[in-house]
Amino acid sequence: MHGHVSYEDFIMQVAGFLTAYYLFVAIMNAFAAYYLWQSGRAKALFRLPGSGLAVTTVHVWLLVAGVFTILSAYATNGGAAALSLSPLIRDGADWIMGPVVYSVGSLVLMGGLYLGRSFFVKPTVAWTGLNLSLLLMGLSMTDMDFASIVMKPDNVPIVAMIYLLGFFTWLSAHRAVENDARIARGEVPLEKLDDEKVLVWPDLVYTELICMIALTAVLFIWAIMLQAPLEEPASTVKTPNPSKAPWYFLGLQEMLVYYDPWMAGVVLPGVVVGGLMAIPFIDFNKRGNGYYTINERKFAYCTFQFGFLVLWVTLIVMGTFLRGPNWNFFGFYETWDAHKVEALNNVDLSQYFWVDLLQMGRPKAADDASMAVKIGYILVRESPGIMALAFYFGGGPPAMVIYSKFFREMFMRMGFVRYMVLSNLILLMALLPIKMLARWVVQMKYFISIPEYFLNF
Amino acid sequence: MPPLDEIIRGSQIWKSVFRHPAPVDRRNRVVVMLTNFFLHLHPVSIKKQGISLSYTWCMGGVTFFLFLVETVTGVLLMFYYRPTLEWAYNDMLALRDVASLGILREIHRWAAHAMVITVWLHMYRVFLTGSYKPPREFNWVIGVILLLLTLLLSFTGYLLPWDQLAIWAITVGSNMARAHPFLGHEGPGSALLTLDGIDMITNASDARFGLLGARFVGEETLNRFYVLHCVAIPLGAALLMAIHFWRVRKDGGISGPL
Repeated sequence: MHGHVSYEDFIMQVAGFLTAYYLFVAIMNAFAAYYLWQSGRAKALFRLPGSGLAVTTVHVWLLVAGVFTILSAYATNGGAAALSLSPLIRDGADWIMGPVVYSVGSLVLMGGLYLGRSFFVKPTVAWTGLNLSLLLMGLSMTDMDFASIVMKPDNVPIVAMIYLLGFFTWLSAHRAVENDARIARGEVPLEKLDDEKVLVWPDLVYTELICMIALTAVLFIWAIMLQAPLEEPASTVKTPNPSKAPWYFLGLQEMLVYYDPWMAGVVLPGVVVGGLMAIPFIDFNKRGNGYYTINERKFAYCTFQFGFLVLWVTLIVMGTFLRGPNWNFFGFYETWDAHKVEALNNVDLSQYFWVDLLQMGRPKAADDASMAVKIGYILVRESPGIMALAFYFGGGPPAMVIYSKFFREMFMRMGFVRYMVLSNLILLMALLPIKMLARWVVQMKYFISIPEYFLNF
Repeated sequence: MPPLDEIIRGSQIWKSVFRHPAPVDRRNRVVVMLTNFFLHLHPVSIKKQGISLSYTWCMGGVTFFLFLVETVTGVLLMFYYRPTLEWAYNDMLALRDVASLGILREIHRWAAHAMVITVWLHMYRVFLTGSYKPPREFNWVIGVILLLLTLLLSFTGYLLPWDQLAIWAITVGSNMARAHPFLGHEGPGSALLTLDGIDMITNASDARFGLLGARFVGEETLNRFYVLHCVAIPLGAALLMAIHFWRVRKDGGISGPL
């Protein structure tokens, strides 16, 4: 599925996939309907006027299964091309989409899901969302640009990961919301009901055996259906554009837009690893051990989800699917054009301070000045950024204690060292969105720009 | 004549391996867990929540299983693969077109991607159930190191096919190492952001040189990554996994206060 395939050929190729895909979604819904019917969990929605027949969720999902079956049959009978989003919608989506909309949108979406969690964890709501996303996915697959990126062999696991993460986030939140409601009523969490012990043989070993067999089957099917990528032989002179790190590092590569490599590639990964290791030692909250809960550990939950889902995962998705040649941003349905030009006129803080604010040149040592004098001039030149960062990291932790009751209590319970570790980790994590904002709003390039020593920040 | 399975179970050979009757009653279900080398990884009995899939997601176990899949397919792949510039890529072609079991490399690669994902999901579950809380702080730290080793395993393996995808992904990934603070000679950030026409050959910094074994991704790197991928990191991961599982037992199961 490369650029030189005609659209007709492309549709022929994708029609077979779409047939199977829609059929799979239909079967999925039919199973859901069957499960609801058999387990008696179906919810009556309304009664048909006249006959008095109750319409339940079973009927709804059966209907959805029917619709997807029709789509499947339609795709295989040459109608695949019609099963697409209108060009107007696709162009509109590409036009709206950019790093700012994508990043802020992800944050708003996650925040909305979090705040409305008691609604979104309802199985019916979540299942509806899943169906809609699968439909959107199917409709998008008839777009050549979308398909060419999503169907890249190494990108298929990322698509799977998005759905897996969505599922498990839903599952955990579903249980957490239920547990929180139980705790609010003075009952014990669900997990505590399962406190009695059972024998590992047969209960656990058979579960493990079935898991292993199922997983082996999945791997075999996956391996037969999708060939591992093998491109042209390695050549050190032919640089592909874009050159991308393995997918799990693309969040770090995306950070290169905002940070220099020493930060994005060395310091911040180190902080992520160190911060993860520090979690058990700075989270003093004894509750929420051994059961899913959100209300009993809101701060830990939100901080982790912000770091994991919002920063780590959405940046990987952006780096994988939305970054094209020259690391330019491309919408989901946009052709990766290597000649797309994006104006980059980012300005350093020192430039803003000396040139724009004080209307004078940036301090510069004479060419024949000694090393120490030159460094002195550099420090003066970059003093706005150095002071800003010193204020941020030096003043941040005490300011949080003084102005926030929440952090004050935390400080009292944690002690100095643990509080400083926590507050600095949070400040470091917050620096990425701050830097992004500064870039988007005032085209800020570096707070501290010392290219003489490769120390740009 | 007694049924066949009774003959087999009654034979001296069978009894020399399995020293107790079939685990069909309570006593022997306990005994099987205590006398089998592989099963003694598990306790005899565990809390009911520990076997509930909607609670555990089985992701730790799945990750371990994928590690085993990688080990088996990896050993088989080593039969066919030579980590040299002359042969690496050709052996890839042969693996695809000539070798029997032509999906060996596919299973290895997809299981590797899956393993990265399942490690994340395992960690996600451990966090969401607060299972890193005392007394399991240390095991969480070991888990973080195992996460790192999983990424490094995948990263070093990424180079071995020696195609364009491989060397450029490793080049981009390892370029970060030359920007290591205090080790000097890192290019300015703009040179990395503009991936087009990047000059590969630099005055290498120690960190990058140490990783690649050369100033750019070449034969030394291939050899180095091969050894790391097939020997060094798996051994380290195996050791840490042993400690990880052992600590799960010693810390009183997968989660919850003692």
